[in-house]
Amino acid sequence: MQLLSLAIEQIFIQNILLATFLGMCSFLAISKQMKAAIGLGMAVIFVQTITVPVNWLIQSYLLAPGALAWTGITALSKMDLSFLTFICFIATIACLVQLLEMTMDKFFPPLYQTLGIYLPLITVNCAILGGSLFMMQRGYNFTQSVVYGVSSGTGWALAIVAMGAIRRKIRYNNIPAGLRGLGITMILTGLMAIAFMCFSGISL
Amino acid sequence: MATNYTKVIVDPLSETNPITIQILGVCSALAVTTKLETALVMSMGLTLVTAGSNFVISLIRNWIPGKIRMIVEMAVVSTLVILADQFLRAYMYDISRQLSVFVGLIITNCIVMGRLEAYALSNPPLPSFLDGIGNGLGYSLVLIVVASFREILGSGTWMGLHVVPASFYQAGYINNGMMLLAPGAFIVLGLLIWIQRTLSRYFEPA
Repeated sequence: MQLLSLAIEQIFIQNILLATFLGMCSFLAISKQMKAAIGLGMAVIFVQTITVPVNWLIQSYLLAPGALAWTGITALSKMDLSFLTFICFIATIACLVQLLEMTMDKFFPPLYQTLGIYLPLITVNCAILGGSLFMMQRGYNFTQSVVYGVSSGTGWALAIVAMGAIRRKIRYNNIPAGLRGLGITMILTGLMAIAFMCFSGISL
Repeated sequence: MATNYTKVIVDPLSETNPITIQILGVCSALAVTTKLETALVMSMGLTLVTAGSNFVISLIRNWIPGKIRMIVEMAVVSTLVILADQFLRAYMYDISRQLSVFVGLIITNCIVMGRLEAYALSNPPLPSFLDGIGNGLGYSLVLIVVASFREILGSGTWMGLHVVPASFYQAGYINNGMMLLAPGAFIVLGLLIWIQRTLSRYFEPA
């Protein structure tokens, strides 16, 4: 039940894009086309689901203060490698994305055809690194981190698909020249964030 | 070349501003601007990281194999960000707590990667360094404007000083709490982009 509540919270209330502003760059650029928006949304769910738990394992068995205690060597068990967090997380993300790309290409060619071109974009998407950093900061356990990965990815996908749909609707509207493109998207995102605030207060 | 140096620094302030024109690094611009103080610290961090990584990558640009250049860039950038983060934790602990994950997210800030790819890989170290500073300053400018608006309208303070006179509150003025939340950030930045693009006559095709 707690896990379900965490999932609802991450998708609707604490939406990673609308409440914590992560992954804005690709959101603004890709939401121009509906098809690409769906593809990238799916790719983010996929990568987020894998990277958050993997980074949890790295964080709690290698980097956190005293995390190396399982080796049984006293010198290692006192070590605090937490200053390496950023570089380890980003390296893990880059490697996983690369691996995923190769696995998909080999075993699931149709999936690769649709998601493949978005995967390299994901390494530098701040929602992915941000997800791992939030997971560390909020001290989730392993199950929670899996749920958090899935649901924050879903929240992001939901937001970008919704924005793709809105932008398709307003394509022929007469928008003031300076507001075209980025400006109006920003303001629409603001309105969408207000709409999502209506969900706050829901708890299961 | 001498005149170009000024151009390299001044252009990103308005003509090619990283946030409003190039659409890079928007995430942190929204997240850290509830108060001017955090915005200033974040801008400083980003300017230094962009300039530093531009300089380093530009120095080694002829030895980086094309295929793994992303990894090399990531390694350089994350090292610089770790330095910045450790420095903040040591000397400005409160602010580093408020910035939470956003210092770490400088690594994936599109400004840093964008400038590395677009400028540092094909230019000598000194102009690259200046380009980093210029883009950092352009980013800072937007952050300062957005943060000032949000702090004054949202909490009635500026840099922590009360600027809305007490008589206003007695007359029934209320701080606009919406400015401190996510929607306020989106809308203020959207309007700022509108003004900036109208002034510099940069329009996207319809």
